[in-house]
Amino acid sequence: MAYVQHRMTEIPGMRIHSVETKKYKTNTIVLQLKNLIKEDSVTKRALLPYVMQSGTKKYPSSKQLRGALDDLYGATLNVDLSKKGNYQIISFRMDIANEKFLSDQSKLLDQGIALLADVLLRPVTENGAFKEDIVSKEKRSLKQQIESIYDDKMRYANKRLIEEMFKGDPYHLNVYGNENKVDQITPQDLYAYYQEVLANDEFDFYVVGDISHDEIVNKAKQFFVFNEKRAAGQSIEKNEAVEVTKVNEVIEEQDVQQGKLHMGLRTYTTYADPDYLALQVCNGIFGGFSHSKLFINVREKHSLAYYAASRFESHKGSIFVMSGIETANYEKTVSIIKEQLEDMRNGNITDDEMAKTKAMIKNQILETVDDAAGLVEVLYHQIISGYERSIEEWINGIDRVTKDEVVEVAKKIKLDTIYFLKGRGNENGTKTV
Amino acid sequence: MEQKQFDQLNETLYFKTLQNGLKVFILEKKEFNKTYATFTTNYGSVDNHFTPLGKNEPVKVPDGIAHFLEHKMFEKEDGDVFQQFNQQGASANAFTSFKRTAYLFSTTNEVKKNLTTLIDFVQDPYFTEKTVEKEKGIIGQEIRMYDDNPDWRAYFGLISNMYHHHPVKIDIAGTVESIAKITKDDLYECYETFYHPSNMILFVVGPVDAKEMMELIETNQASKDYKDQPPIERFFDEEPSAPRTKKEIVPMPVQTPKCYIGFKEKQPERKGEALLKHELSVNLLLEMMFGKSTENYEKLYNEGLIDQTFAFDYTEEFGFGFSMIGGDTKDPDRLSETLMKMVQDFISKPLSKEDLERTRKKKIGSFLRALNSPEFIANQFTRYEFNEMNLFDVIPTFEQITESDLLDVMKNHFDEKQATVCQVRKKEA
Repeated sequence: MAYVQHRMTEIPGMRIHSVETKKYKTNTIVLQLKNLIKEDSVTKRALLPYVMQSGTKKYPSSKQLRGALDDLYGATLNVDLSKKGNYQIISFRMDIANEKFLSDQSKLLDQGIALLADVLLRPVTENGAFKEDIVSKEKRSLKQQIESIYDDKMRYANKRLIEEMFKGDPYHLNVYGNENKVDQITPQDLYAYYQEVLANDEFDFYVVGDISHDEIVNKAKQFFVFNEKRAAGQSIEKNEAVEVTKVNEVIEEQDVQQGKLHMGLRTYTTYADPDYLALQVCNGIFGGFSHSKLFINVREKHSLAYYAASRFESHKGSIFVMSGIETANYEKTVSIIKEQLEDMRNGNITDDEMAKTKAMIKNQILETVDDAAGLVEVLYHQIISGYERSIEEWINGIDRVTKDEVVEVAKKIKLDTIYFLKGRGNENGTKTV
Repeated sequence: MEQKQFDQLNETLYFKTLQNGLKVFILEKKEFNKTYATFTTNYGSVDNHFTPLGKNEPVKVPDGIAHFLEHKMFEKEDGDVFQQFNQQGASANAFTSFKRTAYLFSTTNEVKKNLTTLIDFVQDPYFTEKTVEKEKGIIGQEIRMYDDNPDWRAYFGLISNMYHHHPVKIDIAGTVESIAKITKDDLYECYETFYHPSNMILFVVGPVDAKEMMELIETNQASKDYKDQPPIERFFDEEPSAPRTKKEIVPMPVQTPKCYIGFKEKQPERKGEALLKHELSVNLLLEMMFGKSTENYEKLYNEGLIDQTFAFDYTEEFGFGFSMIGGDTKDPDRLSETLMKMVQDFISKPLSKEDLERTRKKKIGSFLRALNSPEFIANQFTRYEFNEMNLFDVIPTFEQITESDLLDVMKNHFDEKQATVCQVRKKEA
């Protein structure tokens, strides 16, 4: 039996995906809105979903909408923004109890889908725009959300690395938008942008749970009726291959106890490429796990850090390294990290590292699809990349990766930017070990 | 092996207490790929004053030692155990809380091998002066990471406002100074005292055969020579019921201040059903006061006093209990005043029956959602079991809570005298 029973049907204006499973006590609904991340729309796009979830024609205030969700046995409705490759994705997630496990047997899922359709298609309006008071509240909240990135130093350092590394590429934009652009958005601007989203975004609707595909398709047809002719699917954005001529080193100082070292590398491989799985193995050996070169060398051998890891952005083709260290250990840590990559390029990869990494990647993917939200993420990669890779192909493909292939992808990797947020003063200049 | 059926939830739990005192629980989840197992000792950061096994005099050990011990359990004479788990396709981890230390793995294959690895590594300590010294650098960086985290500082700030003496106020990882004192002998002393099987719970959840798993565990334990151990003597200084201080400000380089108010539980000495009912009642009341569909939430949000980070929670374990309410805010003083006033207003008025029923439904729905997660089930079940409660009683207990139960809790827990405020504010240069 296949790991995942994924089915997809196109209805006018939207793709309907379903996964039938009895794993869960609740049913999960995810609506994904896809469009390119752009300088002139990034902030409006970040604000939009928060305004949309603040009231519908039927439930015109957030309090009333939340009350309706509570009545559905505490259905949850969350908004999420994410950057995948060159896209700024808006996600609405609902999670709703399966009435089978309740003494009360009302049709919760239907009501949930109807409510989500209202959020998308029938938001509360006044004078042909979003309500002024809702927009101003959500603007304030968004600004605070952007500002709070500064207070979480790991997120802050990551944001700064990306701004430096992708100058001139829309990918440098933060998914929550630009703090200085929030104030100027009017309810009319935002409503006009909402109309553009309805006309041009790609919509993917997922339901995971104890359901039937045909029923879901029927429900979706009933509730999601689009007025105007929606644009056909967009073409897939290709990444430009950017050459690295010189490593860009950026050092900033703040009043912090621990220095944050973030490094950005270019791999020139993305999800749809034939060497994608080799790159997964390569990143795993480099810094993906507790047997990886970064963990073993930076943490275990040299006691420099509590965490030292790398992650791979599948659609941009970048590897990001992160570690929290004493300011005084900056150069030493950077050189150890560079040595690990050099080692891999020179073929210093053991059979043991290959075996562990493959076992861990296969385990990771199977664990991810055990979680409804994780499963939707995995399936959505196909939409972002326009390339289909089933769970079985993942597993078998990982098994087939050879050490030579890993060395080949490691050779392509180029260090682009080093960002270091260092601490101030003497107290951080001394080593603890 | 006994079994208990939870019909409404469609779950069957298998359990047994082994000869050496280890309690084993197994929950079959046939639809999942993943098996998740936790091996947990009833020993956490608050257990810093006790009589070591075989001694007569109590000792006080350095702050952060339970967490330090957790780190060091992974290192063995022939390398570290992470390697072995990874070889077997499992991802392993551990965590230390106030009252527990848990070791765990999740895997989609080689369940038996991984389970054996889990049990064996936790039951086979190996500490040397050299490896203990090496760990001080790593944990030092872990402590620094938390020092820079304003949410963590606000959380511990609030707890430390409440407690005069109870070690719950001490950061779980200790300080760079306190861990500097830890020796390998200290670690062995704590290990021998707290890691006896009779002080531990093993929980396995996943697509397993319960009978087969139980046999494997029993055989493994029977092959090890454990002597019966007397009950552990733990000591806690007498804790006054009122909070230590009413307000504290933590200066940090933040752009957005944080503000939390909390109520210190007067008599946190409940166990079993009484604790379950009390904990669920306080959480239900918090939801009725500040949930997203309440007037209070709407008012706070409209006035710009809170944002998406706003949250509330109540937790109680034998010896301590507290609620906390708050999040990021531009105006920490106005937020704390408003929250205090809202709580006092709420408890002075009769409960709305309609709100109560709606909130009860909401809490039941959220609990069902939580049961989707094998991690939640294993970790929470263990916590409940150590406190003599049963996780699968949550829904019936929610259904049974009456208005008069809630009125008692309201008057008792949300007493103004028990309140305290902690704010993280921008450090002046």
